[in-house]
This record gives sequence, structure tokens and C-alpha cells, in this order.
Amino acid sequence: MSIEVRNISKRFGNFVALDNISLEIPTGELVALLGPSGCGKTTLLRIIAGMESSDTGQVLFHGEEATHVHTRERRVGFVFQHYALFRHMTVFENVAFGLRVKPRAERPAEGEIRERVTRLLQLVQLDWLADRYPSQLSGGQRQRIALARALAVEPKVLLLDEPFGALDTQVRKELRRWLRRLHDEMHIASVFVTHDQEEALEVADRVVVMNKGRIEQLGTPDEVYSAPASPFVYRFLGNVNVFRNRVHGQWAEVDRAEQAGKDEALAFVRPHDIEIQRDASPGALSAGVLHVQAIGPLVRVEVEHQGEIFEVELTREQHQALALAAGETVWLRPRNLRVFQGDRMVSAQTFDLGAGI
Amino acid sequence: MSAVRRVNSESRPVRWALLTLAFLFLFLFLGLPLLAVFAEALRQGFGPYAAALAEPDTLAAIRLTVVVALLVLPLNLVFGVAAAWAIAKFDFRGKSLLTTLIDLPFAVSPVVAGLLFILIFGRQGWFGPWLAEHDIKIIFALPGMIIATMFITVPYIARELIPLMQAQGKDEEEAAVSLGASGWQMFRRVSLPNIKWGLLYGVILANARAMGEFGAVSVVSGHVRGETNTLPLHVEILYNEYNSVGAFAAASVLGLLALVTLLAKTVVEWRMARETAMLNAELPPEKTDK
Repeated sequence: MSIEVRNISKRFGNFVALDNISLEIPTGELVALLGPSGCGKTTLLRIIAGMESSDTGQVLFHGEEATHVHTRERRVGFVFQHYALFRHMTVFENVAFGLRVKPRAERPAEGEIRERVTRLLQLVQLDWLADRYPSQLSGGQRQRIALARALAVEPKVLLLDEPFGALDTQVRKELRRWLRRLHDEMHIASVFVTHDQEEALEVADRVVVMNKGRIEQLGTPDEVYSAPASPFVYRFLGNVNVFRNRVHGQWAEVDRAEQAGKDEALAFVRPHDIEIQRDASPGALSAGVLHVQAIGPLVRVEVEHQGEIFEVELTREQHQALALAAGETVWLRPRNLRVFQGDRMVSAQTFDLGAGI
Repeated sequence: MSAVRRVNSESRPVRWALLTLAFLFLFLFLGLPLLAVFAEALRQGFGPYAAALAEPDTLAAIRLTVVVALLVLPLNLVFGVAAAWAIAKFDFRGKSLLTTLIDLPFAVSPVVAGLLFILIFGRQGWFGPWLAEHDIKIIFALPGMIIATMFITVPYIARELIPLMQAQGKDEEEAAVSLGASGWQMFRRVSLPNIKWGLLYGVILANARAMGEFGAVSVVSGHVRGETNTLPLHVEILYNEYNSVGAFAAASVLGLLALVTLLAKTVVEWRMARETAMLNAELPPEKTDK
């Protein structure tokens, strides 16, 4: 079932948590709400779940108005960051809860409940823990049980609030992949909140990057990473180098910060989008190598250009070919960059490097 | 165990002195009086003791004390849970005022509380004429004693539950609702089991206070023998009549109540500690199913 959010705004006192948010999530899609803490992503998720009410705007499920529908009638599966398992119930009873509280007429018979819960526990590969209590489980196990519990009521929409935030890196990676598989099998709309960009890019079909109660960008993981719509998105998703410059017509001129006036612009380049050359060529910037460090499959080179430090990432092969050492002078050539004036993008790929040399 | 003294612990004489002092103090001010009550009650043997307890007025006082407690506790239970729920799970204007008001009975002398109710419901009080007109008797009757006892015991249950519920947060309730539970189902199946030991603890304390209350009840009861005398009031009357065995026999019932309360309190505390430990248990190491 699809989810639609129209013009949602929410304030807490003077704090604007959400500022006129509109968003559509079709059935079958897994969407990540990504942003720093306090950006409103959790509030938006809770408004979709009906646990929080918006000041203005609408929530629609499958095209039907659901803004004032109570949480218990929305049929959303909600997964909490800290699991929120019922601590005095066994794992089995936790998963069975949603079935047992159904009105008598809809409630499945005991045998069927048993069967369905067992099937769900098998789905999350934890059927051998049915008689344990939540306190006896590890974090990863708890979150999988929480998911099984949410799925027991056959939700039309799955909402996850930082589901892997409290887990170790290793477990988190495994659960991510597992969530993706599970989502694909169920054919429902899922939304998960995260502040971990890697998680969002790896799992989601589409990523909604949020900042200060607004949507900064909405796109596929590749779009938001390789074509960020704002300086914020650039900075939030991965490492980036920022060149201060001035804009003359369609030319951007790399310059020192002191001279920046109202026509100041910032050019953003990813570390792996900078080429290092041994020899000067028209349009390349001179730089001194400060530090070379191999990090896993990459080699990170810190260079200095006119008093500012930039990061360049090379593959091991590139590094071997160049054989850089600290103290050398090299030439930088950005391959892919975007220039912003304030939050407005003024150009992509256009770069006059002449003035910088 | 070992004879090696740990570096930072106090020297042996200091430890002994502190322990002796603490135990001596406890014995002198808590243990000895309790022993004295039973010793005085049984001074003339078990026969007179039993006879004193079987006295109709004493039996009536015991019955009335139990009746008052049985009526007060359910009311307090409902109020305590409701107030704790509101304070722990919602944000609203006047929350801190409500929290402070719940503590009021701790701050006000019980006698003053009793006088307040006389002022409100007494013959010369605000509602006095109206009550007299409709032939409703509150002061010097059971309703007055219930109101006074209610007032005194209001904080116990709420005070016990508020920190507990605050620590537990709202997640489990929200999870229950998202799974389709009604408000009652959520309370009955999720909230209540989570607070049951805290609730029991509060009830035990409130009960001990309700049965032992003297000041407030004394003011509103009117001391009608066999009718509006609770056990603590009855003890005083008997003592003032130089009926030492009777007074101490009645007092020994309250003494027993104290011992039972302590025992129950210890058991509940132990269960609560176990449950908290379970809740905060260290997570076992992560296991990836490989």
C-alpha cells in the first residue's frame, strides 16, 4: 500500500520540526529518511504512524485520507530503535500479541496463532528462542523479534525508527541485507529512519535527505551521492572538498577566501573525483603533498593548495603508478564538480582553473 | 576468608564501632519498644491477652480498621495509577503542580488535615447545613474517617509508580497500540504487568499507613466506642483507662501488622530488584548465525 504525505508541518513550541513536507512512497518501495539528529525524520515517521499529530497537512494511505485515523487502525508495523519488546512476555507471546488483541470475531484460533507465530519466528530464523524472554536475547536477536512481531498483524506499511542504531557494525550489516530481502518478499511500502548514510545508500530504493525540517533532496542512492542538490547533501553524504571561488558569468574562478564578496561561490568535489598529475597542464592546480595513508582498498592523500587542505582518494593502482611522497609538488585536476552560491547550484563541471595556479 | 586487610577499607576497630553503634541504636529505639509491646501484652499470661483481644470493643476496632483500609486502598489504587500514568506518560500544563500536590499529605500535619475536613464537612462547616438537611453524616462517622485516611495515604502508590513508569518510557505502550491493542488491552497486558511489583509495594506501604493512622482519624472520628474507634484510637482510650493489658494487646496487633508489612516489603523489594536486574541485564555477546 502506498503512503502519501502532503504539506505536513509540525512545531514543538518554537522549534520547527517539520516545514511543509510532501512525499510519496509507492507500494513495494523501501525509502530511507536520512538526516542529522533533530532534522525531523523521526517526527515524520511518527506522524505517518499516527503516534504524533501534525499541525497542518495530510497523511494518505493508498490514496485514502488517514490523517485522523488512530494508530491502532492504521495497520502499520512499527519497529523501535530500542526494540520495545514486552519485557514480561516470552518471545512467542511478543510475536503473538498482535493476534491475541484482535476483536473476538477476527481473532484466529489458538492453533492458527501458534502456527503463524512459528512461521514468523522461522522467517527471522529465531524459532529456537520462542520460550526465552527479551532480556535473554542479544540486541540483533531482539530487533529481529521486534520485526517478526510487527509483521504478525500483516501490516500494510512497515515503519522502522533507527532500527539498527543500537547494534554493532557487524550485526548491523547483516540485518540490513536481511531487511532488504524481507522487504522484497512482502511487497509493501517501507520507510526507515537513519542517520547513517552508508545504511541509507546501501538498503534503500530512494533516499530522502532531510535537514532542519525540510527535504533537501529526494532521489535514488546514486542520485543523492553523485549529484547532490545542495551543499548540505554534499557534506552529509560522504567526504567532500570545498574550493572557494568567485563566479564570473559562467566561469568559476578559484580564489583565496579573503577576496570573497557577494559573488562568492563554493565548488564541491568528491575526494575520488580529483586526479593527481605529476606534470603541469592547463587548468590544473598546484599543490603540495602533506601526507599519504593507505586505508583499506584506497590511498588517501592530503594535499595543500594555497593554505587550505584537501583530500584526494586514489586507488592502490593509481598510487603505485604515481608513487607519491610527502613534500612533493603535484597538480590537481577535478573531474566532476558542482558550484553552489548559497544553496543555489550555479554550474556543474564548469571550472576555470587559470587563476588558481 | 583471607586475613589480608584490603588497602582502602577502614581498620577493624572502626568497623566494629560503627556496626555496634548502628545495631545498638536500632535495638534501643526500634527493637526494644516492639518487644516491650508484646511483653506488656503477655505480662499476665496468654489467657488475659486473648480475653483482652476478644473484648467486643476491641474486635469492633479491628473490624473498623480493616474496613477503612479495604475501602481506602482501592480508591487510592485507582487514583495512584491514574496520576502516575498522567505524570509519567504525558506532558501537560500543571504537571509539576500535580506532582507537588501529591506530596502535600507528607508536608501537612495529619491533625491539621483532620481539622480541615471538620471545617469543610462539620456541623458549622461549609457544607454542614446542606449535609444536615439531607441527613448525611460525614464527620464523626465512617465517611469522614475514610476521607481523612485517603488524604493521608494518597502519595504512597503514586510516588512509588512515577519513577518506575518514567524509567520504562512509552515505547512498549506505543508498540502495543501499533499492533492494534485497545487502550484497555494495552493497560491490562503491557502497562500493568510492568508495574505490578511497584504497585504492590505502594499498596503495602499505603496499607500500613492507613491502618496505623492516628492524628487525622482521631480528629474526625469522635471516638465512639465500638462504632468509630479504629485500632490506634482504641489503644489510646484503653491506655488512658489504665487498662494496660488491653491497650498493649491491641497494640500488639498493630505490632504484628508492622512485622508482616516489613516481611512483605522485603519480599516485594527482592522481586523488584530481580526484575530490574533482568531489565538492565548486560546483553549477551552478539551472535551472527553463521
